[in-house]
Amino acid sequence: MTEDMSQYPLRLDGDDFPMVRFQKVTKAYGSLVVLNQLDLDVSAGEMVTIIGPSGSGKTTVLRMLMTLETINSGVIYVEGEPLTHMERDGRLVPANSAHIRRIRSKIGMCFQHFNLFPHMTALGNCMEGPVQVLRLPRKEAEERSLELLEMVGMAEKRDQHPSRLSGGQQQRVAIARALAMRPKIMLFDEVTSALDPEVISEVTNVIRRLVDTHNLTMLMVTHQMGFAKEISDRVCFFFDGSIEEQGSPAKLFETPERERTKQFLNAVLEAN
Amino acid sequence: MIEWQWELVWELAPRFVDATGKTLMAAGGGYGIAVILGLIFVVAQRTPIRVLTFTMREFVELVRSTPLLLQIFFVYYVGPQFGLILSPWTAGLIAIGVHYGAYLSEVYRGGIESVSKGQWEAAKAINLPIVRTYRRIVLPQALPPAIAGMGNYLVGIFKDTPMLSVIGVAELMHTATTIGAESYRYLEPYTMVGAIFLALSLPAAFFINVFEKWVRRTLGMVK
Ligand SMILES: Nc1ncnc2c1ncn2[C@@H]1O[C@H](COP(=O)(O)OP(=O)(O)OP(=O)(O)O)[C@@H](O)[C@H]1O
Ligand SMILES: [Mg+2]
Repeated sequence: MTEDMSQYPLRLDGDDFPMVRFQKVTKAYGSLVVLNQLDLDVSAGEMVTIIGPSGSGKTTVLRMLMTLETINSGVIYVEGEPLTHMERDGRLVPANSAHIRRIRSKIGMCFQHFNLFPHMTALGNCMEGPVQVLRLPRKEAEERSLELLEMVGMAEKRDQHPSRLSGGQQQRVAIARALAMRPKIMLFDEVTSALDPEVISEVTNVIRRLVDTHNLTMLMVTHQMGFAKEISDRVCFFFDGSIEEQGSPAKLFETPERERTKQFLNAVLEAN
Repeated sequence: MIEWQWELVWELAPRFVDATGKTLMAAGGGYGIAVILGLIFVVAQRTPIRVLTFTMREFVELVRSTPLLLQIFFVYYVGPQFGLILSPWTAGLIAIGVHYGAYLSEVYRGGIESVSKGQWEAAKAINLPIVRTYRRIVLPQALPPAIAGMGNYLVGIFKDTPMLSVIGVAELMHTATTIGAESYRYLEPYTMVGAIFLALSLPAAFFINVFEKWVRRTLGMVK
């Protein structure tokens, strides 16, 4: 399948281009189309929450942006530059790894199952990127990491390995690890789903603080409707690989227009 | 019936001490080569370069499906016909290193596959380049589950060193055979070889176990 790339700009111009743009992005596994011609813009500093039923493609959106998945067609732009593609002789061609690495450095991600490096301490986890990727001197990397561990309330556990930490503690270290790379965009994929109910607030509080104090652009997948409502600038309801409805939390949660949105919200409400 | 002669044992002891050193050198050297080659084999099999992946996989399969003895002969006797003249030691170490490298690559593969996909993804999310991802994240975690298998092959390589005697490496087996030819005494020399192998193999399993525990503890990965 070759698509006509001339329909996509080489870069987004003007002075109000979004931080992230998905333009007609399609993702399929074999014959299963998981995302169908997705268009989604996220502005700088915006907190966008993705909700929707299981299998609707929420995780896939984040994974494509983190370049953990390739896309079948369309283009993803980050800060106006194509991420999945690059310019060659005035045309967009699939990005090479150097290009992907350069753009990817603007993005950080936290996972449902934390994925901390088990053979490193909390501090080691946070320092890994700054030392090995950004090539910061160890001392500077350590200062930066400690500051972040402090912010997530994990400074005391700096020397513990992940196996000694609770889920909530691990997730907070994982957030610090991602932030240590100073990303402009943070992705959260159901970061509280694997946690016991009583520690969920440890993690949501950290995210609240991030929203208040950092000018990060954030994309968050969550099943916690209350949290989504409280924290988001915009909520996108995904259904079957596309955005069924989106809007401000007040509008989407209180006066949803689409039938599927209503059904989903009712079902979630009942479950709680 | 011939009788066991202790005097002969004492008399032969110095030659066997020397030969034990050579056996350990052959096993250690061969293992050192195998440890590194195995790593190269397994990483080459995991690159996105199709030709390399395919060639490596077939090569490893070939090595694993043919006898070590044949491989030793091949390197030592066929090599020179292509202008590659090697001393018995060099030829022997190469053959044994490649042979066990192929087996070790499978052990490593098991270790690497035991590292969860999430680890690779977390490494990618902090933009770690692939070589560093292997070195810093994947291989340290692949090591503990691979140690038992690596240990087995260390003992295996040690017990296979007598095969090098056929191309004239003066290790234990070669020494015993030489003594037999000189003195027509076989009982003591071969028994001594057996005893030495036994004495060195038996504690190995214990030390490998201890080593594995130590590595896990050092990496903070206590189960
Ligand atoms: N590696 C894969 N191979 C094949 N199909 C996949 C793969 N990953 C995801 N899928 C499919 O893609 C669809 C979307 O998956 P995705 O993980 O994005 O859903 P989700 O909205 O995050 O769901 P959940 O709420 O359960 O996490 C699902 O039907 C899933 O089965
Ligand atoms: Mg998901």
